[in-house]
Amino acid sequence: MNIVVCVKQVPDTEAQIKVKGDGSGIEEGGIKWVMNPYDEYGVEEALRLKEKFGGEVTVVCVGPARTMETIRTALAMGADKGIQIDDPALYNADAYATATALAAAVKSAPYDIIFCGQRAIDDDSGQVGSILAELLGIPSVTFATKLEIDGQKVKAVRPIEGAQLVIETSLPCVITATKGLNEPRYASLPGIMKAKKKPVDMKTAAALGVAAESKSKVAKFTPPPARPPGKIICADDTPEGKAAELAKLLREEAKVI
Amino acid sequence: MAKGVWIVAEQRDGALRKVSFELASTARKLADQLGEEVGAVLCGAGIEALAAELGKYGVDKVFVADSPALEPYTTDAHATAVAKAVKENDPSILLVGASAQGKDLSAALVGKLATGMATDCTDVKIADGKLLAVRPMYAGKCFGEVVVTGTPQMASLRPNVFTIVESAKAAAIVKFDAGLGEPKTKVLEVQKEAAGKIDVAEANVIVSGGRGVKGPEGFGILEELAAVLGAAVGASRAAVDAGWRAQIDQVGQTGKVVSPNLYIACGISGAIQHLAGMSSSKYIVAVNKDAEAPIFARADYGVVDDLFKVVPAFTGEVKKLLA
Ligand SMILES: Cc1cc2nc3c(=O)[nH]c(=O)nc-3n(C[C@@H](O)[C@H](O)[C@H](O)COP(=O)(O)OP(=O)(O)OC[C@H]3O[C@@H](n4cnc5c(N)ncnc54)[C@H](O)[C@@H]3O)c2cc1C
Ligand SMILES: Cc1cc2nc3c(=O)[nH]c(=O)nc-3n(C[C@H](O)[C@H](O)[C@H](O)COP(=O)(O)OP(=O)(O)OC[C@H]3O[C@@H](n4cnc5c(N)ncnc54)[C@H](O)[C@@H]3O)c2cc1C
Repeated sequence: MNIVVCVKQVPDTEAQIKVKGDGSGIEEGGIKWVMNPYDEYGVEEALRLKEKFGGEVTVVCVGPARTMETIRTALAMGADKGIQIDDPALYNADAYATATALAAAVKSAPYDIIFCGQRAIDDDSGQVGSILAELLGIPSVTFATKLEIDGQKVKAVRPIEGAQLVIETSLPCVITATKGLNEPRYASLPGIMKAKKKPVDMKTAAALGVAAESKSKVAKFTPPPARPPGKIICADDTPEGKAAELAKLLREEAKVI
Repeated sequence: MAKGVWIVAEQRDGALRKVSFELASTARKLADQLGEEVGAVLCGAGIEALAAELGKYGVDKVFVADSPALEPYTTDAHATAVAKAVKENDPSILLVGASAQGKDLSAALVGKLATGMATDCTDVKIADGKLLAVRPMYAGKCFGEVVVTGTPQMASLRPNVFTIVESAKAAAIVKFDAGLGEPKTKVLEVQKEAAGKIDVAEANVIVSGGRGVKGPEGFGILEELAAVLGAAVGASRAAVDAGWRAQIDQVGQTGKVVSPNLYIACGISGAIQHLAGMSSSKYIVAVNKDAEAPIFARADYGVVDDLFKVVPAFTGEVKKLLA
């Protein structure tokens, strides 16, 4: 089975995000970069499929030189090879342009299943997996929390509000991973050593023949709106007194109960 | 030239979802500023009667694709149908709900229509005749003002954030053939949650518990409060990973993003990844015995005390108020 995982490098979830003075982006200095947490579920699922059916796991990443570290992390977990698409033309690419580059890279070799994260936790757009599927003309199942493959048949569970859907489709397809799909493994020390020797193919947008044409842009970044300071409820300092005061404020001031 | 502000109306089991009215009301506002019409695409089986309801919230024209193949929702069939209507009518703006279904559909549409989209927006407006969409990025640590250069300009709107406004229009119905081919995906089964359970993503009020709740039994007092408030019970990742609550109840960066009117965090410290999921709530209450817990920096009302004492007393007070 030929398995592809799209991995994005994102700021660590603890990272302080500071908007540049001119609102053109965020300050990247001091940020610790990690693999998008949802992509870890994708890598793990890919490795489990490989363990079950045999085959090869390829990770693909669009991003600058620093993203090599994320590719190596996936290789250390057990993926076989990587493709890094590093091209300044893609640094400010939107979801559509990113997916176009990924589609071109994926198409260059046979594939049976492609994993993406449900969304990248930095830009939070949650689009790339679905766009990729459309560009490749194959079905997608998003937010998968369970996956079973039997021959060409794919069965996945995805939650919606108030229900779980069991969805059937067929290979090849795109699956976007969310928490619950599995428990990602950590890279082992031998894995980390081996990863250093695994092949990573370097590509540019031009080499892939893609135009890197974005369809949207962030015109301005702003800090989040300030929230007025809250009230600490003291009342008569007993739990009961505080509870009564809270109920009163929610009823009369906030008018939410 | 592309013209018209469109929405994708969301229905399930033959009833329009609340987010559809939020979308319609917002589209009306934008369309009035542009001097254009509001269109809605409605897909499903036996759903034509719902079209009139959309008129109540300002929709001028409803494009209806009615076919058994469109029920229940599948990405494939619905994205094909909506894309067809959009290509044939060329609206300038297309709004979709950032609900479970809407997120899935809208992302596929971006691919089919080769355009751009601002995801999960908390505000949309018109500036220089174009859509300007405001959305949280980096888990709400900053906001982006997004301009879409592709056509249509797509945005998905965060549920529960946009106001519903009635403005009666006699919505005209335009039926269209969805042009569906062989289905690529099908829904084998819908496993519904227990009747009466409110999903955190749709709740107006959420009572949420964290590690401070100390175990699955501890959630009992939160359930009682939730029952009185008609609220959903949410959980931090710590509570979910400990196996006290189900994954579908998790709020935060790797759980659900919620925007209720009232979010009551009990025994939750307020880690940045938790805040990512709930900081767009209208009112936030924190009950935590540690006065230094970061959740208090985001809370509108804070109670520094033992939740096992405060929560039951609060439930009693609310009962009195609502009696
Ligand atoms: C300084 C800066 C400016 C930017 N400006 C813009 C802008 O103006 N407009 C805009 O739309 N975006 C902008 N971006 C973000 C853009 O580069 C995103 O990568 C792109 O929009 C994809 O969206 P997403 O990351 O939210 O992906 P999502 O759709 O949320 O990601 C889902 C999944 O897709 C896959 N994936 C996503 N990106 C990659 C990748 N790069 N490589 C491999 N797999 C990937 C992963 O599996 C991921 O889990 C900017 C980024 C930076 C750093
Ligand atoms: C990649 C990544 C993604 C993550 N995603 C999420 C996510 O989606 N959602 C999420 O919630 N977390 C997420 N986390 C985890 C997050 O960092 C925190 O670990 C988690 O939110 C802590 O949960 P908590 O507040 O319940 O527990 P704690 O931080 O342990 O806080 C428990 C609180 O309860 C209080 N308390 C204890 N006893 C009482 C009592 N009797 N009465 C009142 N208060 C009491 C304590 O003072 C404390 O503040 C993520 C982390 C990572 C690294």
